Amino acid sequence: MFFIGHITTPAGLVRSLSKPLHIIVLVKAVPDIEQVKFDEATGRIDRRNAKLEANPFDLNALEIAVRIKEQQGGTVSVLSMGPPQAEEVLRDTISRGADRAILMTDGAFAGADTWATSNSIMGGVRRLGQFDLILAGEKTVDGDTGQVGPELAALLDLPSECYVDSVDRVSDGNIEVTCDYGTHQYVKEVPFPCVISVTKNVANPRLPKLSDKIRSKKAVVEIWKADDIGQFVDKARLGTVGSPTHVIKIRTTSESKRNCRMLTGEPSKVAKELADTIEGWLVGGA
Amino acid sequence: MMSAASKDIMVYAEFSAGSLHPVSFELLGKARELAAKASCKVLAVIVGSGLSEATRELVFHGADIAYAVDHPSMDGFDSRLFQQNIVSVVEEVKPGVLLLGATPIGRSLGPRVAAALGTGITADCTELDITSDGKLVQVRPAFAGNILASIQTSTRPQTATVRYRVMKPASRDTTREGEVISKPAVATEPSSKVLSRAKSKRMDISNAEIIVSVGRGLLKPEDIGMIRELAEALGAVVGSSRPLVDEGWTKKEQQVGFSGNTVKPKLYVACGISGSPQHLAGMRDSEHIVAINKDPSAPIFNVSDVGVQMDIYQVVPLLTEELRKRKKI
Repeated sequence: MFFIGHITTPAGLVRSLSKPLHIIVLVKAVPDIEQVKFDEATGRIDRRNAKLEANPFDLNALEIAVRIKEQQGGTVSVLSMGPPQAEEVLRDTISRGADRAILMTDGAFAGADTWATSNSIMGGVRRLGQFDLILAGEKTVDGDTGQVGPELAALLDLPSECYVDSVDRVSDGNIEVTCDYGTHQYVKEVPFPCVISVTKNVANPRLPKLSDKIRSKKAVVEIWKADDIGQFVDKARLGTVGSPTHVIKIRTTSESKRNCRMLTGEPSKVAKELADTIEGWLVGGA
Repeated sequence: MMSAASKDIMVYAEFSAGSLHPVSFELLGKARELAAKASCKVLAVIVGSGLSEATRELVFHGADIAYAVDHPSMDGFDSRLFQQNIVSVVEEVKPGVLLLGATPIGRSLGPRVAAALGTGITADCTELDITSDGKLVQVRPAFAGNILASIQTSTRPQTATVRYRVMKPASRDTTREGEVISKPAVATEPSSKVLSRAKSKRMDISNAEIIVSVGRGLLKPEDIGMIRELAEALGAVVGSSRPLVDEGWTKKEQQVGFSGNTVKPKLYVACGISGSPQHLAGMRDSEHIVAINKDPSAPIFNVSDVGVQMDIYQVVPLLTEELRKRKKI
């Protein structure tokens, strides 16, 4: 067993496991949300100018995976589903310590909701074969659902924990994590194989070294098409066709405007008036 | 199970470690509204250990039938074990709709339950509506709160997680009658072993009655003391807009907005927050809103009851002093 967390363990305490781990990290290439243009009038979203980057939460998952590998030995595979342009994002994960990166890209995957996405990912995971641990970020910054990790876990009938703030120990056959479900914080021992969704607290992502960046330039990002996972998942479960949820309408945020009373004058007078108003609300209960 | 599903609306009542989460009553309140429109029943499912009192409460809060799976193995939250027992009830009862809270537990459990049932799930709904034939319209903010997407689901049960403190809780009526049905646990083996359990370390800003929130108007991280003092004078907790969380000046759990917490306090004081769509999405339903911002065109004023167009450094300390004076009287 060995300790990970935020503290680097002295090498002497590290005892290797009886077999090296295979860790799969789920990474999504997301548009830089600041660059997504949004047309209030038409409700259209224009992502053309938005550069793709790795979903920030996924980098925390990748970092903890790489730390486990560095202390323990083993393999880190990054698995992603997305458009062909996501290849550069996956190359970046290699410079951050992933051993292999797989981009599942095909028109048949496009337009997927979280159910269809989870099924595609399940196909990819099954094609990868034996694994011990699947790590995912808490959620993505564009979809913001956090659903794919637990959906995938249910499809594979594996244990899962979400809101994992730290990985405390990895032993033969299980991982010890601290997770916080809002009402209670648990320290749990989760048996392998399992799916763990981590928060940003789990580990700060490293900046890739220049040498790693150069090395990753030559690395091959494996491209998998729908046919490549065809024997592991029913094609009817993929993409738009396989998605049970559909957006039927989009509207801009309704401006439920209030009549704002502006307080003016000397700051001291304004402060007094504001305190009066607040007191009225809190005491009057209205 | 698509064809056999009824229109009935089932609510997952979130119970873990001995207590029922208040989001459950909000879901029941909404479910009653929807059931009236679609002319169907409101059902509840609860799993855990020691449920008899909580199950009665579900009936008092509007459940026509409450299904309970009570077993000591479910004392702590175990997502796979909870999923297995909930799925067994849902498969038998076949409701048309399944609602869960978009709490950490609901967000961890809902996707598992939906995937195991082979149905779609919509995250973080802020509005729900239903057609007379039982089609659920699920509305959720998307793209950083810029848009609201209405979503429908072709499979059954139409499953959604619903944001906490967005829907009005059902009122409690102890004379209400309903049926309580106990179901045996189909699984009793937790997947993960609990080594220890403690109170959550996260600050729960979504429960606060008064929130003083701070944004980019703050020039230096150490100046947050000024905001804390105002919060103290008001008995409030300190919230934050996203940029300060990204800077590391405030914590993630303090973040109000689309990608943070939805809040609905009695009083929300926005200090130096311009009011991006993503921030407004998380606080616009607060009962009273005060905005202090030196930029007169800041969108935050559009959703506020009272506004002060001044630098926060000018007015916040004076307001704190003024509030402190009144406390002494």
